[in-house]
Amino acid sequence: MKNLKLIALLVIPVIFSTSCSNDDAPVNEEEVITTVRVTLVGGGQTIVLESRDLDGDGPNAPVLTPVGGGILVAGTTYTGSTEFLNELEDPAEDITVEVEEEGADHQVFYQLPSSIGTVTYTDTDTNGKPIGLNFTLVAGTSGSTGTLTVTLRHDLNKSAAGVASGDITNAGGSTDAAVNFSVAVN
Amino acid sequence: MRFLSILFFFLVGFFGYAQVTITGVISDENGLPLTDAHVHIANKTTSTDANGTYVLSGIPKGKQKLYISFIGYYAIEETIEISADLTINRQLKLDVTKLDDITIQQLSNSKSESSNEQVLKSATIEKFSNQTLGEALKEVSGVSILKTGNTIVKPVINGLHSNRVPIINNNVRLEDQQWGTEHAPNFDINAAGKITVIKGASALQYGGDAIGGIVVIEPEVIKKDTLVGKTILNLSSNGMGGSLSSSLQKGNRYGWSWNALGTFKYLGDRETPDYVLSNSGNREQNFSGGIRFAKEKYNFNAMYSFYNAQIGIIKASHIGNVNDLYNSINNQQPSVIEPFTYSIDAPKQEVQHHLAKVNYQRWLNENTSIDFQYAFQFNNRLEFDVRRNDENTNKAALDLQLATHTFLADYKTNIGNWRLKSGLNLGYQNNFANPKTGVRPLIPSYEKLDAGLYGIAVYKFDNATSLESGIRYDFSTIEATKYYLKSRWTERGYDAEFSHFIVGEEGNQWLTKPTFDYHNITANIGFRKQFHHEMEWLVNMSLASRNPNPSELFSDGLHHSTGQIELGDLRLEKEQAYKFNTTFKKDWKSFQVQLNPFINRISNFIYLQPIGFETTIRGAFPVWEFKQTEALLTGFDVNTKWSISNHFSHELGMAYVNGQNLSTNEYLIDMPPFVINNKIQYKNESWFNFVSELKSEVVFRQNQFPNYNFETNIVVDDELTPVLVDISSPPKGYHLLHLYSEMTFKINKKNSLTTSFSVQNIMNTTYRDYLNRQRFFVDEMGRNVQIQLKFNY
Repeated sequence: MKNLKLIALLVIPVIFSTSCSNDDAPVNEEEVITTVRVTLVGGGQTIVLESRDLDGDGPNAPVLTPVGGGILVAGTTYTGSTEFLNELEDPAEDITVEVEEEGADHQVFYQLPSSIGTVTYTDTDTNGKPIGLNFTLVAGTSGSTGTLTVTLRHDLNKSAAGVASGDITNAGGSTDAAVNFSVAVN
Repeated sequence: MRFLSILFFFLVGFFGYAQVTITGVISDENGLPLTDAHVHIANKTTSTDANGTYVLSGIPKGKQKLYISFIGYYAIEETIEISADLTINRQLKLDVTKLDDITIQQLSNSKSESSNEQVLKSATIEKFSNQTLGEALKEVSGVSILKTGNTIVKPVINGLHSNRVPIINNNVRLEDQQWGTEHAPNFDINAAGKITVIKGASALQYGGDAIGGIVVIEPEVIKKDTLVGKTILNLSSNGMGGSLSSSLQKGNRYGWSWNALGTFKYLGDRETPDYVLSNSGNREQNFSGGIRFAKEKYNFNAMYSFYNAQIGIIKASHIGNVNDLYNSINNQQPSVIEPFTYSIDAPKQEVQHHLAKVNYQRWLNENTSIDFQYAFQFNNRLEFDVRRNDENTNKAALDLQLATHTFLADYKTNIGNWRLKSGLNLGYQNNFANPKTGVRPLIPSYEKLDAGLYGIAVYKFDNATSLESGIRYDFSTIEATKYYLKSRWTERGYDAEFSHFIVGEEGNQWLTKPTFDYHNITANIGFRKQFHHEMEWLVNMSLASRNPNPSELFSDGLHHSTGQIELGDLRLEKEQAYKFNTTFKKDWKSFQVQLNPFINRISNFIYLQPIGFETTIRGAFPVWEFKQTEALLTGFDVNTKWSISNHFSHELGMAYVNGQNLSTNEYLIDMPPFVINNKIQYKNESWFNFVSELKSEVVFRQNQFPNYNFETNIVVDDELTPVLVDISSPPKGYHLLHLYSEMTFKINKKNSLTTSFSVQNIMNTTYRDYLNRQRFFVDEMGRNVQIQLKFNY
């Protein structure tokens, strides 16, 4: 009886020693957006504003191009489009496609002072609400400088007041990307 | 002086003339001696020693009252005629109605002799059947709670929590990833028969790192051959749900006994006075069971428990970046309010905790026992986050699997006036951070080995005076396997110092195997003195050491559940605390006071401090870094009890903590504010044991806080504008009223039904609490009406 108990004591640890497969595999980071690229075409020129952050949540800040910010021409109407990429994958993963497919759950917002310009959405999701991947930007008055903030939200309330016209205040949801570009108008 | 001593001897001699000495042995029904039984004859009292014997001298001749008591047994009260020296032996009978008291006595010598212990008994614990361990512990003054929402509740003892407050469940140290402030103890409150709070590191047998204190949970043990059942049903209005807990216990003094417990909890969204706390529901499905075989000389125990919880995290607390945080703080209104629902979406936690243990205790002789215990724990923590890709919604963002094996051997003996305890423990722990989550984990996979040795000696000068001293040595080694982003490794300044930890390279990451060894010495010394007139004085000094935990060492990025970047530091050293703790107790007939001041000087105190923010493609995130400082915590706890009349009584509890960061001359962050609790009780046994209590809880605003506010740029009216993010200012103080009342109906000799009705936050007060991590986002819960039915059978 006594020996039996002793054996039980020794055996139980062995049973419970569930060996976890401690493979040293690195995490394949999904859902990362490394790059936000805004392309503006108008007045015979193409302006590309890009923010790229290859270390994700790491300490390095996103690299903004062009250095010194984008320069618009006063009064010009630009046809705009925005892309989201994961450049950690090879080849780079185009997240824009996914945003478009799930357009009803996504929206891109553009916040900028009216002296820099005004943005109007030109695309719609399955419910007829804007997604914001395509837009027009009418540049403001010459001599202005400011910041264009581009924000991608998902699971937001697209029916909330002002959201369809591009006001982020009541949108809610969660932020997938938020970048600030310096912009000047000549 | 000389005259006085002559007078003294004269008087002693005079009275001694008419006095006799009484001796005897107090034993249980089986003739086994009872240690520490209380013997009271005439106006003299004493306790029995380890052999059950007692000696009372100076008893006047004549008719005298004899009173013998021992917790868990029926007391003996009789009148005896004394004419000469006498031997009085008595056997006490077990009282099964005092079930939880038995546990107290059984283990009374297993904790600390000289430090202040406060105990919650099953009657109190049952009131919290629907809630959490943390909320029950808040009944003890000096214990506050650190919350994340309403269901994730951690106890804070004298201002300290998490790894500084180990929780010992059934003699097993709970290993449930307790480093996280949003990780609640994985324990079903219904499985507790008795909970003891020790404010300090003086119970060395449980470990040397209890810088804040220890919570010791013991199950109910019935030592009589009987089958007892208990079912508790709770219904609450806030959350529109409740819990059902049922237990069966077959008791036995010798031979086989067993117990089983099941608990089921189901609650939906909670509500504040003004809105629904969307996604604040929770569920629990718990089970525990055990068997015991006992003989006179030995007993064998085996038990298993399973805790399984799903906890919703309030949607409004999920923040994207610093803009969202700023908006939440300034709007004072949650960003998401949806209609009431029972369903739980992301963000949420799913935690499971398995505990299995076997224990063998053997009495070598009447005074000496040895104990062996092996315990296995497996903890799986899954945290689900709001993910960008909908396909990943059902995939956890964090998946940690923590397996812990511990072996204990303890030796206890009583020799004369000495009580000695010593033992050793061995532990192996393996944490596996599943990489399949698609999110870099803050906590790496690691392996940890522990070994400890302790010895405690208590010397009893007499029944009223004892001295306790203990020493403990712990060795611990940890090896982690972690991928660091190369940019983070460089930013942390690890290149020069820790390059030997690098074992591989993978794209933009280093594969590292950081290894650390720790040797710790812990010690304590304490003194207990019982004065006449029911006054007691306890004093305890302890030295405790705590090693940095994995989150403090290895955190290196965005903590998704808090929306902040948390940075650990491989250079962190162990914390060392010197705590001085004293307690004065005075007991007048109808009024009791207990005063418990303390000083806790902590060297290398580890805390999280904001150091600015980092910009990512998702915007800016505040950065919090684990830092070390010299800290000083001082404070006091006060309790009073006043029996105003047969029916009315009053209780007061107060607690104050002052936390100083000595290196920076600031206050420490997250210290509990000053609290005053008043409770007035009306009791009438002739109305079916009617009890009604009204409790007032006053929490002052915490005015002692450090200013960690920071500036950031956010878009206001389409312009990028610098704003101050006020993360430091504590919320206003508040006053809450709670009601509790109950009645017990005896159905027959064995069966009874207790019904209770309670209201928490009667006035439906809107408030926020400094120690709730969601205070930036939402108000606390509003009024909650609860009904409880308890059947004993």
